[in-house]
Amino acid sequence: MTASGTAGRDAGLQPERTRLAWRRTTLACSVTAVLALRTALRGSGSAVEVLGTAVIVLIWLAFLGIAHRRVRQLAAARPPGLAPRSALAAVACTVALSVFAVAVIF
Amino acid sequence: MIDFVKDVRLWFAPQRVKDEGETPDYRFSLANERTFLAWIRTALALVGGGFAVDQFLPDLRWGVRVGMSLALLAVGAACALRAVNHWVRCERAMRRGEDLPISRFPVVLSLGVGLVAVSMVLVVLMGWTSRP
Repeated sequence: MTASGTAGRDAGLQPERTRLAWRRTTLACSVTAVLALRTALRGSGSAVEVLGTAVIVLIWLAFLGIAHRRVRQLAAARPPGLAPRSALAAVACTVALSVFAVAVIF
Repeated sequence: MIDFVKDVRLWFAPQRVKDEGETPDYRFSLANERTFLAWIRTALALVGGGFAVDQFLPDLRWGVRVGMSLALLAVGAACALRAVNHWVRCERAMRRGEDLPISRFPVVLSLGVGLVAVSMVLVVLMGWTSRP
């Protein structure tokens, strides 16, 4: 936290709580991505496996990017609201993992 | 259904949300955002559960394993989509000064998760596994 961000903070520590919520969500996304990687890597070393791994890593990086951007916005004393585009992107990452799972399991 | 289509249009047109009403206290918006994130975590946990069922329950019959896995994945995806929809609707309601939208989704989700749990218990008790 920067010193300039401490002026005029509300007592409920709302931005901090929201920042921690993003951190928890990143953690949940990481755990799911690791499970997805375990499913994708079945030991044959084929091109499909490499592609699957790349897709999962990209989804994970996208989610980390969204979270990082939002966490930086939340450093302000009165942060702006969440951009609908970020919300949609986070949801898209989750749905993409789910679609990937369906593709791999079948 | 028509309302839902209108909501979907709102997902992609944020400026239309901002056109309406007044900007609420930023703390309310942040609380709405945290609720949204909690739903996203729930969705991620369900998707993770779908992967886990496929990976860590090899003794289950193929049909049971894939069926349960698909059920968890479908519920997870639905949970994520519903999260953004509910977030937009709450944001709009706060701007207009209306009551927050009520939803049947938590009940449906609870019943769905309960159903998966009960069927898992049944599978184990009845010994419907490929390896005894």
